[in-house]
Amino acid sequence: MTDTRDPSRRGFLTGALAIGGGFVAARAGAETAPDPAITELQPWQQYLGEGVDARPYGFPSEHEAHVVRRNVPWLTADATSSVNFTPLHELDGIITPNGLCFERHHGGIAELDPGSYRLMINGLVDSPLVFTMQDLLRFPRENRVHFLECAANSGMEWRGAQLNGCQFTHGMIHNVMYTGVPLRLLLEEAGVRTSAAWILAEGADASGMTRSIPLEKALDDCLVAFKMNGEALRPEQGYPVRLVVPGWEGNMWVKWLRRIEVGDQPWHHREETSKYTDLLPDGRARRFTWEMDAKSVITSPSPQAPIPHGPGPMVLTGLAWSGRGTIPRVDVTLDGGVTWTEARMSGPSFDKSLHRFYHDFVWDGRPMLLQSRAHDSTGYVQPTKDALREIRGENSIYHNNGIQTWAVNESGVAENVEIS
Amino acid sequence: PSREGDFGLGRAALPEEVAAWDIDIRPDGQGLPEGSGDVWTGEELFVEQCAMCHGDFGEGAGRWPQLAMGQGTLEGPDPVKTVGSYWPYLSTVWDYVHRAMPFGNAQSLSPDEVYAITAYILYLNEVVEDDFVLSRESFAEVTMPNEDNFYMDDRPEVELARFSEAPCMEACKDGVEITMHARVLDVTPEGGGDGGG
Repeated sequence: MTDTRDPSRRGFLTGALAIGGGFVAARAGAETAPDPAITELQPWQQYLGEGVDARPYGFPSEHEAHVVRRNVPWLTADATSSVNFTPLHELDGIITPNGLCFERHHGGIAELDPGSYRLMINGLVDSPLVFTMQDLLRFPRENRVHFLECAANSGMEWRGAQLNGCQFTHGMIHNVMYTGVPLRLLLEEAGVRTSAAWILAEGADASGMTRSIPLEKALDDCLVAFKMNGEALRPEQGYPVRLVVPGWEGNMWVKWLRRIEVGDQPWHHREETSKYTDLLPDGRARRFTWEMDAKSVITSPSPQAPIPHGPGPMVLTGLAWSGRGTIPRVDVTLDGGVTWTEARMSGPSFDKSLHRFYHDFVWDGRPMLLQSRAHDSTGYVQPTKDALREIRGENSIYHNNGIQTWAVNESGVAENVEIS
Repeated sequence: PSREGDFGLGRAALPEEVAAWDIDIRPDGQGLPEGSGDVWTGEELFVEQCAMCHGDFGEGAGRWPQLAMGQGTLEGPDPVKTVGSYWPYLSTVWDYVHRAMPFGNAQSLSPDEVYAITAYILYLNEVVEDDFVLSRESFAEVTMPNEDNFYMDDRPEVELARFSEAPCMEACKDGVEITMHARVLDVTPEGGGDGGG
């Protein structure tokens, strides 16, 4: 579909030529002098590098030092109850490297000792239980790739374009392979009573994070996870154990998980009353808005990833995801939504996971208004921000899955904008 | 297939262990310990333990959360969501203060102290009079003003069908105008935007 030889692509180019006039894609001009990168002996060709004993746990190249999590200090009162952002504009594929997964803490990073780690299950169960780390490692495991998106991802954009970069507008998300024990097995071990309808998941950190989760979800696909991308969870991601709640808002993925209580009603705790409720224009608020709806963003080009090469063939790429299923299709537009083209999906399509899309095209060098529009496996199509605001107003903070626009100018520089 | 259930893993949780960790409170009062505290005791504790962040009257210092007032602002352009204007249940105040406050010294308050601080926060929000004594017994007498204004997620009814229509692909608009620029606001951290490293 997006191959440059495709007739529909050719049609677009013909149209562009008719308007822009006379643009001809050409190879970069021939070198007039030999390239020293080729003709001169490079140090790495001549001298020995470090041995296998130099990097017991490797780091990225020093040339990638700018690929880091970043925070926005003015967003919160204190860095210990705050958030930072995944550098989506520098990443490709669908897996987020562990060291770059965005962080959201409410009482800082708890540093737990796995030797004294305990998980308690109590409440409406036949036998309240305590598990050690070693106990958890003896239950059957599952491996699944899921995105974790903060409910407030893109929340600063409800009133319009604010932050200039997809790291900041969309970077409260990561996507890793979790290894863990189905929560269902642990609950069955304790014996859930017939009056049970809800669980309370509780963290061991100083914020004592708690969320009520319906028992149906707990028994369906929640994992008590201890690995991410093959290795132990990072401390900032809940080491040694966190809850995985596929497709649902990140706040519910309780880190440093210490207790599961089974009950017959929700607890209505702070993080599901004061926070993570969505205020609507009539002054009332939605509660228990758990699912993260279908969403996408173009990660390159984007404000932090301008086009470095001028007109000609180029790769537009981005991410799409849905808390309600998979992403069979993403549409992209270069003209602010007048004309849309189906992008090319690449890589595995897992349930409630990030999906990667590409649009390979020939840029004529004229300004563009880029957007992407995700379709999920339920048939839901990502709405515009205006369509969401029509229903929800501008003060609901959470669950902003509206279509993002980047304005790209003739120099290839991109900016976060809103359009009519 | 792998075996299911009855692994015999873990051990029975002792009552003392459950009591130590199971501190959560529900709107119906389940979980509340014995104890009580009045508004004036709560004020003393609040000034000592809470006011440096939340202000003497719960008005909030700097970017720290405002705990009081804001009534009648939820429909306006700048809603002020406080315990009094927004929170649906008293139990949440008790549970959260006891569980997670003061910030940086969580779980340092006794039940009587939490009752007193909660009573003072209710007073600051004009939910109770200054002679009010909050206890496990009087807990049920208090109703929060905004309790009825929350409802279950209704996106399935209100949004999903509307956003599941076949989208336009060609000639979808007559024209396009840029209506807002992030660059004008210029609040993105240095080195974070504009292709900076």
